[in-house]
Amino acid sequence: MFEQLLQAILQGALLGGYYAIIAAGLSLMFGVVRFINLAHGDLSILGALITLSLVQILGLPVLAAIAVMLPLMAVIGWLMHMFLFERAMKGGFLLPILVTIGLGAALQNGMFGIWGSDTRSLGASIGSLAWSSWYLPGGIILGKLPVLIFGTAVIVIGALHLMLKRTGLGRAIRATASDPEAAELCGVDARQVHRAAAAIAVGLAAIAGVFLAMRAQITPYSGPAQLIFAFEAVVIGGIGSLGGTLIGGIILGLSQTLGGLISAQMSLLSGHLVFLGVLIWRICREEKLAHGGWRAGLKAVLGLSSKRRKLASGDLS
Amino acid sequence: MNSPDLQSHLVARRLRKSYGSLKALDDVSFHVGKGEAVGIVGPNGAGKTTLFGALAGSFPVSGGQITFAGDDITHDPAETRCAMGIARTYQVPRPFLGMTVFENVMVAARAGGGLSAAPATDHAAKILEQTGLFALANTPAAALGLLDRKRLEVARALATSPDIILLDEIGGGLTEAELVQLIALIQSLKDNGMTIVWIEHILHALIKVIDRLVCMAEGRVLAAGDPNAVMQNADVRRAYLGSTPE
Repeated sequence: MFEQLLQAILQGALLGGYYAIIAAGLSLMFGVVRFINLAHGDLSILGALITLSLVQILGLPVLAAIAVMLPLMAVIGWLMHMFLFERAMKGGFLLPILVTIGLGAALQNGMFGIWGSDTRSLGASIGSLAWSSWYLPGGIILGKLPVLIFGTAVIVIGALHLMLKRTGLGRAIRATASDPEAAELCGVDARQVHRAAAAIAVGLAAIAGVFLAMRAQITPYSGPAQLIFAFEAVVIGGIGSLGGTLIGGIILGLSQTLGGLISAQMSLLSGHLVFLGVLIWRICREEKLAHGGWRAGLKAVLGLSSKRRKLASGDLS
Repeated sequence: MNSPDLQSHLVARRLRKSYGSLKALDDVSFHVGKGEAVGIVGPNGAGKTTLFGALAGSFPVSGGQITFAGDDITHDPAETRCAMGIARTYQVPRPFLGMTVFENVMVAARAGGGLSAAPATDHAAKILEQTGLFALANTPAAALGLLDRKRLEVARALATSPDIILLDEIGGGLTEAELVQLIALIQSLKDNGMTIVWIEHILHALIKVIDRLVCMAEGRVLAAGDPNAVMQNADVRRAYLGSTPE
């Protein structure tokens, strides 16, 4: 039992690395551009399918295929922002949602048109990496691929963090996120910064897509489910915080594998439940801060604030 | 006082800016010579800050023309004008709150000043020294008090290596002692040849530094010229002093 638990914890934490990569792009877009891209999951699948074709049709090695695909996806992200998202953002808060839902549908059907509905996987192209494991004392099995994915997540998020902290582009991105108008007066071209953020975000989605295709089967319609996981990881970890995204991904992964211990069907559900729990906890904490205490805060959330107090403050009309 | 080179540097001709039926700028013509220091006064709602927004490119104007060093910049975006050498500060400081003082200045030095990493670092250090913020370089901007936030506004503007700096009520809300420090800083900028346009309600601070005064009211220029003459002008006294609730 104990070994099973330890195994599930390790697998969950490692799975969190995958969620963190796909969530980091979503978080970056929201934190810097204030834009929610609901086609993020579909772009991730597009990156995976392009890589698959480069490997299986052109016969490129997997790493070379990724090296070709990543700049291509970044350019797609840049152009999408330039021609689509910038215009959508001028139309109020509803338009970006409609535009990216539409983009997602177009991507899914476009990918269906090109690649068909067969399930595909990169698993067959990465040799023994797909299944080989390290056997640790105590019967713990550590898959090499999950470790590679987790390691990549830590490196990618660490690099992103350093880029934001140390480089000129990073500081320009943070300045634009903080106050776009003031940033422009400091000479920052906010539109270029937003396009760069979109390019990075789509690149991150594509990396996640490749890892998904390595460890599982994908179809052109696998995107929306990945979007939901990405959202959950972002919300659990705190929007706009990269370190938080990694932690959010790990918590989501842990909830899924630990839920899977209870029953195989519980895996996804327990992930969603933990996400809901975190969301409710955050709302309660806001109310606690606003009302100066857990009791009053919880009452406000439940709509139980006492009539007497309303009477006393003359608020009852 | 050394007399400024009167060849006009930044020129606005018949600027108009309307918000619906409100004319925030109504045929405003304005010029400042290289190395000159011009003050702008006027009651609230006179269009002073709107004029700065129009000059710095924060929004498009409804009509008129702006030239800088002879080039028409009327339709250039803010970041282009910044790169050309126009910098502005905000009346209510708008630092990048999540970043340190040094990082705030670095953004401006790299993007606006066009410097690469190493020279930008040296430049930022020099600016922080000049504005008295050096000791606070690694403090988060969110932790600064009002005087230091105003200094940071000036530092960030200076870091873009401007030819001309637009100061929007940089003295407002400061104590007398703080004001003296700020005036000394602005005077030193002027002595180094910087062109300055300064909106300020605190007249005695303004008069110490400026060569010329412009008084605005209701989106128009009421009077311009020698500071003392402008303040003696009957229209100015009526519009400016008369409408100030005392």
